[in-house]
Amino acid sequence: MILTILSIVLILSGLVFFLGAAVGLMRFPDFYSRMHAAGKGDTLSTLLVISGFALYQLRDIHDLSHDWPVLLVVLKLLAIVVFIYLTSPTSTSALADAGWEDGIDPVIEPGRENHLEDDCHRTPPSSPQP
Amino acid sequence: MTFEHFAIGVGITLLLLMIPAMLRIVNGPTALDRIVAVNVIGTKTAVLLVVIGVVFKQVGMFVDFALAYALLNFTGSIAAARYLHRAAQRGGDAPSGEEAD
Repeated sequence: MILTILSIVLILSGLVFFLGAAVGLMRFPDFYSRMHAAGKGDTLSTLLVISGFALYQLRDIHDLSHDWPVLLVVLKLLAIVVFIYLTSPTSTSALADAGWEDGIDPVIEPGRENHLEDDCHRTPPSSPQP
Repeated sequence: MTFEHFAIGVGITLLLLMIPAMLRIVNGPTALDRIVAVNVIGTKTAVLLVVIGVVFKQVGMFVDFALAYALLNFTGSIAAARYLHRAAQRGGDAPSGEEAD
């Protein structure tokens, strides 16, 4: 019973984070902030929802010598969790790097400077062909 | 209300929350916006496969599908990012880090 309640809480909080990711993906002004919302919200909501389902599967284990396939399923779910935890930030970073090299400019408030331009030494998008 | 009903509700909520990402695919200003939204939808599809497994009480089968789908999604997204990176490098000058060789 306590495992079921805990898994339901985990899954619902994961859905809340995915709601945040969806709203951010829909409403944010430029590419980098949309990527920020999508990367973080997507990763954390996936981790929470799959962890909740893994915790619910753990409820079916009574005798380990007889119920070991359920434990295998739980381990596979945790493997998905670890895999998403490693790969989702990696792909987000690679896509942000590709966007920066592609010449997508972030939206910057007027009167402020883009310090990223000084740090990264990007080739300007309007440079003439060699 | 059993846990399966709750899982059906979670699946429907995931599907409804995929609609904004789908709209971002349709009218994303750049190609990378579309790739990010596709990445989000792919990750959520892996979650949805686990939900389907819970609903049909066959998690042991569907968890393998979810693992394979997450792997393919990661590979596709990295491939698209590398391809656009190369295309940007071909279009302009070489980046300052790779001029030395």
